[in-house]
Amino acid sequence: MTVVAATSPAMRRRQLGKLLRWWPVALIALFVLAAIFAPLLAPYDPNSQNLIGRLKPPGTTSRTFHYLLGSDELGRDLLSRIIFGARASLLVAFTSVLLSGTFGVIAGMIAGYKRGLAELVIMRIVDVFLSIPAILLAIITVAVLGPSLINVIVVLALTRWPRYARVAYGQTLAVANMPYVKLSALMGANAFRVLGIHVLPNIIGAVSVVATLEFGLMVLFEAGLSFLGLGVQPPTASWGAMLSTGRNYIANAWWVATFPGLSLFLLVLAVNLIGDTVRDRLDPRAQ
Amino acid sequence: MLRFLLRRCGQALVTVLGVATLVFFVQRLTGDPTYLLVPETATKADIDALRHALGFDRPLIVQYFDFLRDLAHFDLGQSVVQRVPVTTIIASRLPYTLQLAAGALVVAAGLGIPAGVLLAMFRDRAIAKICAGVVLAAQSMPTFWSGILLIMIFAVELGWLPPSSTGGFANLVMPSVALGLLSMATFARITRTALLDELSKDYVRTARGRGVRTMRLLFRHIARNASIPVITVSALEISNLLAGAVIVETVFAWPGLGQVTVQSILARDFLIVQGVVLLGAFVTVALNLAADILYSIVDPRIRLEAAQ
Repeated sequence: MTVVAATSPAMRRRQLGKLLRWWPVALIALFVLAAIFAPLLAPYDPNSQNLIGRLKPPGTTSRTFHYLLGSDELGRDLLSRIIFGARASLLVAFTSVLLSGTFGVIAGMIAGYKRGLAELVIMRIVDVFLSIPAILLAIITVAVLGPSLINVIVVLALTRWPRYARVAYGQTLAVANMPYVKLSALMGANAFRVLGIHVLPNIIGAVSVVATLEFGLMVLFEAGLSFLGLGVQPPTASWGAMLSTGRNYIANAWWVATFPGLSLFLLVLAVNLIGDTVRDRLDPRAQ
Repeated sequence: MLRFLLRRCGQALVTVLGVATLVFFVQRLTGDPTYLLVPETATKADIDALRHALGFDRPLIVQYFDFLRDLAHFDLGQSVVQRVPVTTIIASRLPYTLQLAAGALVVAAGLGIPAGVLLAMFRDRAIAKICAGVVLAAQSMPTFWSGILLIMIFAVELGWLPPSSTGGFANLVMPSVALGLLSMATFARITRTALLDELSKDYVRTARGRGVRTMRLLFRHIARNASIPVITVSALEISNLLAGAVIVETVFAWPGLGQVTVQSILARDFLIVQGVVLLGAFVTVALNLAADILYSIVDPRIRLEAAQ
């Protein structure tokens, strides 16, 4: 009986529906794998040029190259560059979220637990940072430090931590008043222990929602800075820089801007979908 | 009310001072800001002369107070490349950015608020799900890609709109859409949440029980209450739109503040970059303050709480 039910068309459709709901996760996994195994997966060296095969449309063959997604203005294979470009996007997003998240959470927890002067100083600094539009702050800092992959990570870590600090602060304020936290302090646990063992596990959920949404934003920031020429420097492949070149060829070579843009869009969409799901799960009011 | 206003203004002033301090120190992250202001071909003598002329060889604390004093006099220094005061350059470009931001705000609010209403009123219907998908897609779309796609479709393929630069209303359409789509999601989301909050309240149930029709209920009763969070978000989004203009202006060759910022970075004309960043931050602080004040006028409970 159950076997019949499991194979009924309605059941199968429902199972397929359930499976399809995982597509954002699958897509991100795909991008991560592409980034890690880029040298194995990319059909060609992302920087090897073929000047005879410049701006060839998708599916063209020129000399030893077969351009599945077309070629760019130097005859480089777009597919290989997109696969390698995933490295810059994910590396910057992952590292900057990790750095700014760690620093922001520590600062926020200290402000929320210690209160007093620490709270005043940290939260005022947070206010100041949050009142400068993020992309402007990133731009001026890159302008000072000079553009490079490492500097983009440093800049994003330096400018994004207040977002985490504010959330961690609010959550810590709530948790710090719980009886078990107070008791632990009374029994002689130092701030480091209280925050690490009692507070952190309780606030990590809210922080992870911010981190997911920030991850998508950081992918966009890296691409945006590279698009402006302030991020990853050529010839290293970056989706933002590829879009910037593609802009010059929209009239005769649509593929140069379209495919890197599509990759960027899909990655950010998948991250945002996961972020939304996580938020809905953790915050019943948002449902 | 007066006490509330004074307190809020005081807080805003502290934030402005903090922003100025932050920018001052960012400028000195690499040690000597003179190097940000000279072309790469400059000789050591040139650099020394400029360092002395700009006072960068004086003690840091003296430089800091001079910087604050100049700011208080709205003196942002002089462009090293163009030899024109930074304020003059900003003033000549600002109208274009304001035009673009206004256009984008119309797009964002004009699409986002109805979308939010749709999402809240038809929560579990298919139309709300489709709408949610569209909103999320718009939010995930980098402006520099949506801008390029718009140019490809409407300027290159269809030839309906001019691809770039200024000129008339037609030139404003694509940049406004590209910039506005990103903020649309914020408007839709906040409108949805605000409406859902209101819909669950007693007065709504009572009005429904009395037989008030949905449309009348929405426009006469709920809209006013739900508008408070939407007002706040509008203020915050305006500053986001101004910042987002940096990229959109580059895509569409729009001669506003964003374009001049990017050009100045490439030309190593740092004081212009600094001026635009300071302006962006001050506008943000001012808009937040305005939203707070507006908020307290709409909802007296807020200023009473703050005054206590």
